Amino acid sequence: MNTRALPLYATIVIFLLACLLAWTQFPNIISTRVFGNLLTDNAYLGIVAVGMTLVVLSGGIDLSVGSVIAFSGVFIAVMLRDTGLHPLPVFVMLLVLTSAFGAGMGFMIDRLAMPAFIVTLAGMFLARGAAYMLSIPSVPITHPFYQTLQGAYILLPGRGRLTLIGMLMVAVVILGMILAHRTRFGTSVYALGGGEQTARLMGVRQGRTTVLVYAFSGLMAGLSGIVFSVYTGSGYALAAVGTELTAIAAVVIGGTLLTGGAGYVFGTLVGVLTMGLIQTYLVFDGSLSSWWTKIVIGLLLLAFILLQKGLLHLSRRRLADTA
Amino acid sequence: MLLSIRSLTKVFPGTRALDDVDLDIAAGEVHALLGENGAGKSTLIKCLTGAYRRDAGAVTLDGAAIDPRSTREAQELGIGTVYQEVNLLPNLTVAQNLMFGREARRFGMIDTRATRLQARDILARYGLNLDVDRDLGSFSVAIQQIIAIARAVEVSGKVLILDEPTASLDAAEVAMVFDMVRSLRDRGMGIVFVSHFLDQVFDLSDRVTILRNGRKIITAPTAELNRMTLVEHMLGRVLEDVVQAPGTSAAVAPEPVLHFDSVGRSGAVEPFDLAIGAGEVVGLAGLLGSGRTETAELLFGIRPMQTGTARDAEGPLDLRSPRAAIAAGFGFAPEDRKTDGIVAELSIRENIILGLQARRGWARPISRAEQNRLADDYIRRLDIRTSGREKPIGELSGGNQQKAVLARWLAMNPRFLILDEPTRGIDVGAHAEILRLIGTLTAGGMSVLVISSEIDEMVAVADRVIVLRDRRHVAELTGEQVSGDAIMRAIAQGGTTDGAAA
Repeated sequence: MNTRALPLYATIVIFLLACLLAWTQFPNIISTRVFGNLLTDNAYLGIVAVGMTLVVLSGGIDLSVGSVIAFSGVFIAVMLRDTGLHPLPVFVMLLVLTSAFGAGMGFMIDRLAMPAFIVTLAGMFLARGAAYMLSIPSVPITHPFYQTLQGAYILLPGRGRLTLIGMLMVAVVILGMILAHRTRFGTSVYALGGGEQTARLMGVRQGRTTVLVYAFSGLMAGLSGIVFSVYTGSGYALAAVGTELTAIAAVVIGGTLLTGGAGYVFGTLVGVLTMGLIQTYLVFDGSLSSWWTKIVIGLLLLAFILLQKGLLHLSRRRLADTA
Repeated sequence: MLLSIRSLTKVFPGTRALDDVDLDIAAGEVHALLGENGAGKSTLIKCLTGAYRRDAGAVTLDGAAIDPRSTREAQELGIGTVYQEVNLLPNLTVAQNLMFGREARRFGMIDTRATRLQARDILARYGLNLDVDRDLGSFSVAIQQIIAIARAVEVSGKVLILDEPTASLDAAEVAMVFDMVRSLRDRGMGIVFVSHFLDQVFDLSDRVTILRNGRKIITAPTAELNRMTLVEHMLGRVLEDVVQAPGTSAAVAPEPVLHFDSVGRSGAVEPFDLAIGAGEVVGLAGLLGSGRTETAELLFGIRPMQTGTARDAEGPLDLRSPRAAIAAGFGFAPEDRKTDGIVAELSIRENIILGLQARRGWARPISRAEQNRLADDYIRRLDIRTSGREKPIGELSGGNQQKAVLARWLAMNPRFLILDEPTRGIDVGAHAEILRLIGTLTAGGMSVLVISSEIDEMVAVADRVIVLRDRRHVAELTGEQVSGDAIMRAIAQGGTTDGAAA
């Protein structure tokens, strides 16, 4: 069996254990209502985390996504307020814009051989600044189409609601899984994360792959911004501060190696749900401070880093034994 | 001819890396390519694989002229390469590695099952039955190397270049890889084989081409050559056919002050004994890849020794890290001066006091006046040619940089100094100065270990020469025995005629 799948199994086991633990205290927590809300509340995070997973798999990082989400919300709100456009063409414009923004960062990372950290840090400030340029105060979205989007859901047995944005998140995860595991582009991403020099010798188009990875992350950030604006019904330049870090945490808790080359998109979904479940548990409990979420996430992150280091050590030793 | 190279020339600023080289590779032959450092082997290979563009000459493959601009293009033309370091991705599965870029696809998506079957088929042809869904990294280096060869053959299929593919394999694994190479030869591939192991060259190759200083020296069937002629051509010296007077009285060897007993590390160098006296210069001779540098690295703690002990008159020495070795009074001037020896941006003064300051600790800084005095002193004593002590060391010539590196060690007053290729890339004048300097140091009682590819230099400087071959210390020459011919013979054959004397 491959040791690289172990972090994924560990993630799933931890999620199931957390469910079990929550269930013993609050049997109501295992219900379609809670589950539906879990998907809805974390839809924007899940979508942006899928983009982040591909970036991290390629050996990079994208710090700009939180700001891009905020920019997206403000852009949509201002466009709907100041022009008579329908939200759909605005969405298309936005997605083209954020994809191009991501592609531009990918181009700089590749051509200038700059660390992704610095380039996307600059992108983070740029996008946040652009959001402030559009509007400093929060802008409400009152377009009737938004009410349709917000009200769209499928009723699940047990009166749970699978909302449109929740479904969109699941669809994005499936898209991400196909992209990462079933296409040449996906294999190229893993190859880059495994070793750039070697990947190039094997015939990976490094430049193209890097640009596409960041363009995809930008696209996901834009989509996440749309979802966030539907979720909150407004656009606010100060929204989603630190979301890029939460997304990276979800990716790592999902079992993806932060140095790239190993991990699964499905794991990221489980990572997002685990973080959401902790939050739900605290809401059910009511007496615990919400800061406990951060503490538990911190501990989980630490545990996963140790797990991955341990696995690396183990596989090296096993190799030394067989050699 | 399958692949034919005519008048290939590649010029880099300051050097002609390849000068008018001709080479023919026939279908169904293993053609060994030999040469020392700087002979032009890797430049030649890079010109063939598209990593470099040639400056002049013609290359034809199957009768058609080719000029690959990238590794990818060379691969598509039919030239595949396997390197010393496995150039596959350990984090992908065996199937993904084998089939990358050529996966079976359905509806634009990779058809995992068909891809897996194809990968299994390819490996079955080489008699390998593996779980192709396992990560490549979970297999031994030998298996990985075989998979790399299989991929190169699949992708390219005409010419296979093996660039030291066996450097990190043990004997059984080498045999496994060679079986595969032979079967490929029998299938009609043209194979270029680069190796530093002469035994392997004789074992595997049909013909040999030797390069030296960018020129082709000879191409001949392997069967017509012996070790001696190979080494002669590689080193560019002809043995004089004089019988050595055996048993002449060796110079009186000084009493050893440092003892290394059965020091070794698997994969680097086999266990050896070494004793060195005060004021003695011991030379390490051997071809590239014979284990010279590895020996030095063990003694200086850069790679920890797995077996053996070191001791001096007072007891055992701790050599587990360079820091420990320095504390034991050792010094090491590495081969790659630019990356391992100097800090190019710092001034000569800063480079000279670096080691001394590190030993004293940051809490006890050396005063500026003291630094200036030390730097000026060494610049004068070693005759470092510079406009001043504050000049960045990177702007000095190679010889002066080397002198500054020596000055750094001398400032720390070591008892044992290891010099790895101390005169590489240094002009003739500075060359002689460095050799003279080694003489002065030993007169003051310092023990010196010198590694050099230049046999004349070795003869000039060393009291005693240890010869290495295939990572083993094979011979020791002392006193009168130290001559160019004797060293060459030992490199080629191992063992001295009259049995090694202590």
